Amino acid sequence: MWLSTLIVVGSLLAVFAVIILKGAPSLTLSMITQTPKGGYYLGKEGGILNAIIGSLYLAGGATALTFVLSLPIALYLNEYSGKSRFASFTRFSLDVLWGIPSIVYGAFAFTVMLFVGARASLLWGIITVTLFMLPIMTRAMDEVIRVVPSKLREASYALGSTRLETALKVVTRQALPGTVTAVLLAFGRGIGDAASVLFTAGYTDSMPRSIFDPVATLPLAIFFQIGTPIPEVQQRAYASGIILLIIVLLASLVSRFSTKKLMKYVVK
Amino acid sequence: MLSATIFSALFVFIIAFALLQSAELVLSTKSISELLFTSSWHPNRGDFGFYPFIVGTLSVTAIAMALAIPICLLCAIYLAEYAPSRIRGILKPPIDLLAGIPSVVYGLWGVLLIVPLIRNYLAPLAGVSSSGYSVLAGGFVLAIMVFPIIISVSDEVFRSVPSEVRVASFALGATKWQTVKHVVVRKGMAGFIAAVALAFSRAFGETMAVLMVVGNVAKVPSSVFDPAYPLPALIANNYGEMMSLPLYESALMLAALILLLVVAFFSIAARMILVRVEKRSA
Repeated sequence: MWLSTLIVVGSLLAVFAVIILKGAPSLTLSMITQTPKGGYYLGKEGGILNAIIGSLYLAGGATALTFVLSLPIALYLNEYSGKSRFASFTRFSLDVLWGIPSIVYGAFAFTVMLFVGARASLLWGIITVTLFMLPIMTRAMDEVIRVVPSKLREASYALGSTRLETALKVVTRQALPGTVTAVLLAFGRGIGDAASVLFTAGYTDSMPRSIFDPVATLPLAIFFQIGTPIPEVQQRAYASGIILLIIVLLASLVSRFSTKKLMKYVVK
Repeated sequence: MLSATIFSALFVFIIAFALLQSAELVLSTKSISELLFTSSWHPNRGDFGFYPFIVGTLSVTAIAMALAIPICLLCAIYLAEYAPSRIRGILKPPIDLLAGIPSVVYGLWGVLLIVPLIRNYLAPLAGVSSSGYSVLAGGFVLAIMVFPIIISVSDEVFRSVPSEVRVASFALGATKWQTVKHVVVRKGMAGFIAAVALAFSRAFGETMAVLMVVGNVAKVPSSVFDPAYPLPALIANNYGEMMSLPLYESALMLAALILLLVVAFFSIAARMILVRVEKRSA
């Protein structure tokens, strides 16, 4: 039985080991600091700075937008709706949304884009990833806010505060470490997802200049680089994979670290 | 706050509606049975037989489930019943980390390790020659991607089996393994099935990782060493040509709609089972 556990953990190590071993030789400084010059995908110089910055802008923007939507939804479900049928239905709905593959979100956003006549851009990439992240972040936040002890809320009401004040001042403070984890979890999922941005964010070799321009993203950069028949460019794909892994790992580490740090806000 | 919540409650329907509208065109020109069960896929001629893609998606997902279910069941049992809490604390973070790895990275890994493995070792072993880009490769990569889902949900389920039942079993003289096999797993089976259903829907819709290792050939695969062309890969690969033919675009939206419906069905079934499991143990 522990053999099966070994297989599971072993495959994680295998994934990391293979990618790092294959990609490390090509991970040069110029990869992270330059944008692709002409003919990059045919083997010429350049780097993927456009994709790194583009991904950070896109995932960052989407995380911020999702947070602005998620927190009110999670708070509403717990503070105002509680056990009502509406709350159960919404939670159920969010769970179903959680399982929908990102390509369906991409296809949906593409349909809307055609309907309004928009072109692929950073803005639409952000919107699509926001839609994708929404159930992830909301569900995680919902879980955290649920376990806030009701005594805390009751104490707050006893002191005369309104539901809104309690929600914003007491509950969010108590749920702070969990909220941060939820946000970073969603960020990690959003930055690594290619299928949702495939149709909606476009791709470009230049740095993102305006929100209405198409933007390059790391997962797509990896995908296009590995699609070429030239071995050097494929090597760069593995190096780009390391960069993406590093970003996701960093998000995970920051989340663990800040959870510990923020525990001082939690009343036991 | 309220409006945001209402929006999220109705969102699934909005997506389904939008996709249905786009798929309207191809649905009105061809019959459902022709779309779902024929194998001819020639967008330029207006032939849209989804059958090879449906079979491709199902076979890759089935292989992934066949690989993942036994491993994850044993692993979850180990974590919930046998592992001392220190070991559990060490093992859980890496398993959760598996869930966070982006799918393109899994795809890269699949191309680097799994495809050559199949091409050079597994296929000759079975007496077939294969390029390595196959249903088996897709199944392997998908299996690893769904490990964390099944394990973490099942672990919770097995841990939530009340200790009275375990204790009663020991009192009757059962060994640890007998208790686990007949009591814990039996009680937790519903939750485990729900976890598997969730994993199935994730595997069904996974796009990038599978795209990179499965070969993308629009034919019904005749063995696990053949390439296949799952539905999500179809949508992802052809979005560029979508714009030229409205019927093509409509057909791809239909593919997305099929994905949505299948995934939603399994998600809903899984959630309903989990809700029942929670109610019972509460």
